[in-house]
This record gives sequence, C-alpha cells and structure tokens, in this order.
Amino acid sequence: MTIASDPEQNRANVPRTDEPVASSGSENYFSRDFSLKSWLTTHDHKRIALLYMASIIAFFFIGGAAATVIRLELATPQGDLVTADTYNKLFTAHGVIMVWMFLIPSIPSVLGNFLMPMMIGARDLAFPRLNLASWYVYMTGGIFTLLALVLGGVDTGWTFYTPFSTMFSNSNVILVMVGVFIVGISSIMTGLNFIVTVHTMRAPGMTWFRLPLFVWANYATSIILVLATPVLAMTLVLVGLERLLHVGIFDPALGGDPLLFQHLFWFYSHPAVYIMVLPAMGVVSEIIPCFARKRVFGYRFMAYAILGIAIIGFLVWGHHMFVSGQSVYAGMVFSLLSFLVAVPSAIKVFNWTATLYKGSITFTAPMLYALGFVGLFTIGGLTGLFLASLALDVHLTDTYFVVAHFHYIMVGGAVMAYLGGIHFWWPKITGRLYPEIWGRVAAVLIFCGFNLTFFPQYLLGYEGMPRRYHSYPPEFQVLNILSSAGASILAIGYLLPMFYLAWSLFYGKRAGANPWQATGLEWQTPSPPPKDNFDTTPVVTEEPYAYTPQITSGLVQ
Amino acid sequence: MSDHFPMLLADASSAAGRFDWLMLSLLLVTGAMAVLLAGLIIFFSIRYRKGSAADRTNPPSGARGLEAAWTIFPLLMFLGIFTWAAFDYAQLYRAPDDALPVFVVAKQWMWKVQHPNGRREIDELHVPLGEAVKLVMTSQDVIHSFFVPAFRVKQDVVPGRYTSLWFKATKLGTYHLFCAEYCGTDHAGMRGRVIVMPPDEYARWLQQGNTESGIAAQGFALFRKYGCSGCHSAGSSVHAPDLTGLLGRTVHLQDGRSLIADENYVRDSILLPKKDVVAGYAPVMPSFAGQVSEEDILALIEYLRQTGADHDDRQRP
Repeated sequence: MTIASDPEQNRANVPRTDEPVASSGSENYFSRDFSLKSWLTTHDHKRIALLYMASIIAFFFIGGAAATVIRLELATPQGDLVTADTYNKLFTAHGVIMVWMFLIPSIPSVLGNFLMPMMIGARDLAFPRLNLASWYVYMTGGIFTLLALVLGGVDTGWTFYTPFSTMFSNSNVILVMVGVFIVGISSIMTGLNFIVTVHTMRAPGMTWFRLPLFVWANYATSIILVLATPVLAMTLVLVGLERLLHVGIFDPALGGDPLLFQHLFWFYSHPAVYIMVLPAMGVVSEIIPCFARKRVFGYRFMAYAILGIAIIGFLVWGHHMFVSGQSVYAGMVFSLLSFLVAVPSAIKVFNWTATLYKGSITFTAPMLYALGFVGLFTIGGLTGLFLASLALDVHLTDTYFVVAHFHYIMVGGAVMAYLGGIHFWWPKITGRLYPEIWGRVAAVLIFCGFNLTFFPQYLLGYEGMPRRYHSYPPEFQVLNILSSAGASILAIGYLLPMFYLAWSLFYGKRAGANPWQATGLEWQTPSPPPKDNFDTTPVVTEEPYAYTPQITSGLVQ
Repeated sequence: MSDHFPMLLADASSAAGRFDWLMLSLLLVTGAMAVLLAGLIIFFSIRYRKGSAADRTNPPSGARGLEAAWTIFPLLMFLGIFTWAAFDYAQLYRAPDDALPVFVVAKQWMWKVQHPNGRREIDELHVPLGEAVKLVMTSQDVIHSFFVPAFRVKQDVVPGRYTSLWFKATKLGTYHLFCAEYCGTDHAGMRGRVIVMPPDEYARWLQQGNTESGIAAQGFALFRKYGCSGCHSAGSSVHAPDLTGLLGRTVHLQDGRSLIADENYVRDSILLPKKDVVAGYAPVMPSFAGQVSEEDILALIEYLRQTGADHDDRQRP
C-alpha cells in the first residue's frame, strides 16, 4: 500500500523489499522447524494454510478421478464401463468431494489463511488455535466422508433430494452426511475467525476502504459461511431423523413435504455457490491490477458489488425449483431476484475490463489465469441468465445445460482463480519462482481444455440430454465424445502445475520479497515470510492498488 | 425453426416456438455482450501491452457515470428478459379449459399412463395432433420429472401431491420422454416415447384393444368397493359431506379456512382425512393411506369430477 509512492517512508515501516531475504539464511515460517510435530501442532496461519493446501489438492485429484471415469463412461451411449449403481455413486462422490472438500475450503482456507493476516498487516488470525482446530475438523470430516464413499458409497447425488435419500436409497447416506456435517463445522470456524480478524486485527491506517478486494471477498464469504452453513447442518440432521427414526418431515408417506427439503437445502447451497466464487473474484481483483500496473477500476463499486452479491445471494434459492411444483408466483419472485444478483456480477466484469484501459499489461501466468477466469466466468454468468429466465429454465433445468453452467462458474471460474492465485503468491509462499513458460502453457491448456469439455454440454442440454444419465440416446454421442476429449486435455492441464511447481521448490529461482513489483502489505515482507509476518507493525497511508502504468523494473519484462 | 436448421432440436408443440424465439433473442443479446467484452479485453490487451506507444496519461481509476451506466443498462435489460420469460412461464401453467386430461403415475423406473376412457400404456404416451392435453401426475415413490425436449416442457412429478403439465402438439412424430429428476439406480432407463397422431387415428387407437371401462366408471366401482358410498351417499345414515360436483366447489372448513376443492384436496381427504375437516361434520372418516393405490385415487377423482358434469347437465334447463 505504501510501496509505490514513497519508498523512503516505506523502508521506515517494514523490512527492505527488493532483496532475496530468504536466501540470506534468515529464519522464515517454513525453515524454522522441519519436524512433523511442528507442523501438526502449529498455530501459524501460514503453515495451516499449507496443511490445507496439501489436503485440498489430494481431495481435488480424488474428485477428479471420479470425473475421469464419468467422462469415460459417457464416451459411448450404452452404460458399458461401470454399472448404473457405480455410475450414480461416482457422480455423487465427485459432487460431494469437489463441493465440500475442495471448492468451499479452497481459496479461503489456503490463500485466505495464508494472506489475509499479511494483507491487513497482522501477525496471525484472531484465533490461531481455532484455525488449527478447523483444519483437524476438516480432515476428520473429509476422511470420514471419503471412507463412507469408498466403502460402499452413496447414490443420492450431492443434493440428497428427499424422499429418495430418506426412504429409498440403500447406500451410506447417513455416514456421508455426518462427514459433510463435520466439514461444515470447520467452515463455520474458519468463517468466524476471518470475520473477527478483519474487524479487530487491521494495522494502523488500514481502513475498510483501504482493504484489498481479496480481503473484502473473503470477509463477505465468511459471513455467508457463518449464516448459511448451520442451515445445511440442520437440514442434514432432519434427513437423518427421518431416515433412522421415520419421523415424517420430508416423505409424504409419513406426512412430510419433499419440497421442504429443497427449500432448506438450496437456502444453503445457493449461497454456497457464492462461497466458491466470491474469493475467486477477490484473487482476480489482486492479479489484474498488478499486471496491468493500474489501480483497480471503481474500487468502491467493486467492494459494494461483493457485498451486494453476498446479500442478494441469500434470496435466490428458489430458482433451483422452477419446475418442482413450487407456486408460479414464488417462481416469479425468485426469477426477478436472480436477475438482480446478476447485476453486481456484471459490474465486476466491466470493472476488471476497464482496469486494463491505459494500463501497461504483461501476460504472465497469473495474468493468463485471471483473464481466463474473466472469460469463463462471463460465459457462465451469461448462461445463468438463460436459467434465471422462467420459461427457458423449464426446458433447460436438470439437463447438461445446467451442468455446463455451474462448471463454468465453479471450475472455469473458481479453479482458474485458485490456480492463478497459487501462481501469483507462489513466490511469496515458497520464496521460489516457477518456470514462467510452463505456467503459461498450463494456463492456456486449461482454458482450451475446459472450453472443449464444457461448451458441448451447453448444446447437449439444449438438445435435451438430462443430467445424471448413465446411458443416453445415440444422437447425443458426438457432443459427449467432444466433451470427453476436452476432459483429457483438461486433466493434463491440471496435472502440469503439480510437476513444475514441485520442481520449483528445489530448483526454482529465488524470488525476492516482491518479484511482481506488487503493492499490498504481503509483498513488503520477505519471501517466505518470517513467522510473525512483519518485524514491525506496518502503517498504511494509502489507498490499495497504488500502481502507475509506467513502472518498468524487476522481473516483469 | 428446426425446419431450416436440421441440427436444432425438433419444435413439436405450441410452447416450443415461443421457447426458441426467447432462447434465440437471449442468445443474440448475451452473445453481443460476450463479444463486446472479449473484444474490449483483446483490444486493451494489445493496445496497452507493456512497452506499446499508446497514450497512458491520466489513467482513470473510476468513473461514477460509467458505473451508473453499466449498472442501469444491464438492469433494464434483465428486467425486460425477466418479463418476457415470466409471461411465457405463466402460459405454461394456464391449461385451456377443454384440455384433454391424461393421468400419469410415475414409479421407479416407469411411467404409467391412463387415458380418460380407461386405456392404459406404459412408458408411452399417445396424443392427438393440435389438441391441448393436460397431464395430471403423481409419483408413488420418489420425485421424478416428466420431460419432453421436443415440446420444451418439464414438470417434476412429486409423491404426495398432483402436479400438472399441458401442451399442444403441433407436429406428427415420435419424441423422447425423459425422467429429468434423478430417481435412483435406473434413472437413465426411465425413458419413453411420446407419439403424436392425427386426431382420427388417435381416436381409433384409444378404442383398440381397450378392455377397460372409462376411468370415471372405474372410479364409481372403487367408490363402492372402498365403502365411500356407505357414508357419502345421500341415503346414508352417517353424517358425511355430499361429494356430488365436489371439484371446483368452495369448501368451508372446521377451522375457519376455506378452499376450492381440487385434485390435491380430494387426495389429502382420502389419505389424511384429519387435515381438512369440513365445517359441520365430525372428523370420523378413517384414513385410506396404504390401502388405495395412486391409480385408484385418480379414478375416484375422475368419478367425482364426472358427478359434477352430470349434476351440471341436470341443472341446465
């Protein structure tokens, strides 16, 4: 925040920024103790972030393996690779793992955990022990769920629709829901920690409207986590009560109402979409100004848009239920609100685009990921308008159009931004630079592979192919083969960073404190940062993103 | 539109044409937005790439007018799309009064269909060309969804209540029927065909091989078999409401509510008789839950509907 305008003053506040401090042998959070015990009992938000990173990557590839089998099965119209039951368990496992074990914790618990305290000039999160506990709770829930999925599996879909889940499914519904319940507790712990941290731990001068948009995004996300997750927990308990004790809540045969479940479930799960995408927007709002060398366009509007999305996002759940039997008038209200929530998203896309105007743009790997995010998020957002349109949703809902739409937002959007963030802050986290060319190759490969995988699914959906189909009429085969072919490219794209990032840990060039010449407090401390982040508490005197387009120095050539 | 573009999905109902126009219009609008954005990003990326000679004096970091413009313009556009789509949606739920009723009971993993004259079919639905058809649907286990892509209609079929769907087929042919709501192991196998026939052929088909009496007649038999007539007939000594012409009538309830009797009300009254007790009557009716099948309830409802029509005929001068 202070670096670009007045280097002298900056030096008075924080350590020197442009020397590879880590290489000079000084102790950092990473090198200070290598024992396993020091990792498993750490209270350091940076180490906990890395614990989360390792777990999340593992879950991502397990969920991805399920998707691989699904795409292989769908290469032919007949159900010939796995049985129908196995297929149903695969897409359920894919959904449960990707939503709760990967997407929801991904950016907040890894990048947010690592960066939020540094971005606001704090030594750690407000409750370091709670932070470690949330990782243990997450791992408990995650492993529990994984075991239930592997030893028997569950075939309800990640949505657990009643009365199928309560009275008809013969699989491990209760076990998986207990796992998800536990992971939900971890979400609430992290959300609470972030909210208190942002309120109480900001450095002197770090006013609300000097917060980086990444902090705004994670703050809004945390509020959603804390308010929405208990509703999911309660709903899962109710499903358990009906399934185990036959208390009539959702099953009409017992006097319950099956649509009640859908209302409760989507009251959590629609805001959960914003839990996944708001932090992604935050990451992109950091990357684009840095590589356009320009202040983010319309900072306050960007912050308000984040809050707008978080608030209106709570009021649109019924758009998942336009053909469920819910009243026509309820459908109209939810449709209108869904169009309203699209407005702040549109504002954000326009502002990112305007940030490029009169910038001085370099196309590094993080920037390619960020621009890729903007493109894919825009397509996902615009196709969301089709689904918000009542008469169109009647035909398109529960088809591959919906599958394509939410993958554009949650995989094209959130995963692209997650990878962009990992690349952008990799030098800060590890003190090393990854090979730039490989970073760019992977970004382009993922962008192309993603579009080839999911764009054909929009066409499949319009043609009427329902989702969650193990076999399908032969006329849908061409588009399915295109999609499966794209998925193989996408898989290579996702595997590539594993190799070159791991390589860079040992052989990458030393990064220095601020290889991108970025503003933001996290770049004013050595890479990797010392245990307490800053030697002296920084004082903030400026607006965020104090970039000027003419800067030419450092590694960004 | 599918006549001109063979790649497109067949449009075989009155709703399909309207759907495709809205879809195409929205595709053009959102496509224009996407192209505009992509064009701007590419243009800026090239013009303002690092080291280019472009003018960068006074880089703006915000502009209230611009922010207002790109808030209000999309908002107005969205409201327009919302209105159009909501109007079409309302049409999908407003079945013409003369629509031909057909009854659908879904179960894992099968569609059971019955026409008013009693003819049954499984995983197939024969309908006449150019006539409005109204499906009255329920499920006997989990939630299913009745989806005919060529008609652009879909409606979840929910246990414990009736949902309905109407369409007017506009093209002869055979079309896919899919279950669109995940319903367990053989969800993907819960497929069928909708066959659109010329009306005279449909009439012949209805009679072919049909040994069943009409649904209403079956309902009358059931009305006696389950003992309904024992209490609800005019000559009964038990004090029970008269059911003649019940459907569509306003019913006043014991707790002060009143409602218009529809299929869901009759169904609830048979299975959950304590739920809506009619004012002036003691809650003495036993529940028939578990004794009467979904098909039988539909037949009973059709019998009651028939009594209404007979009643009206007698009233007419």
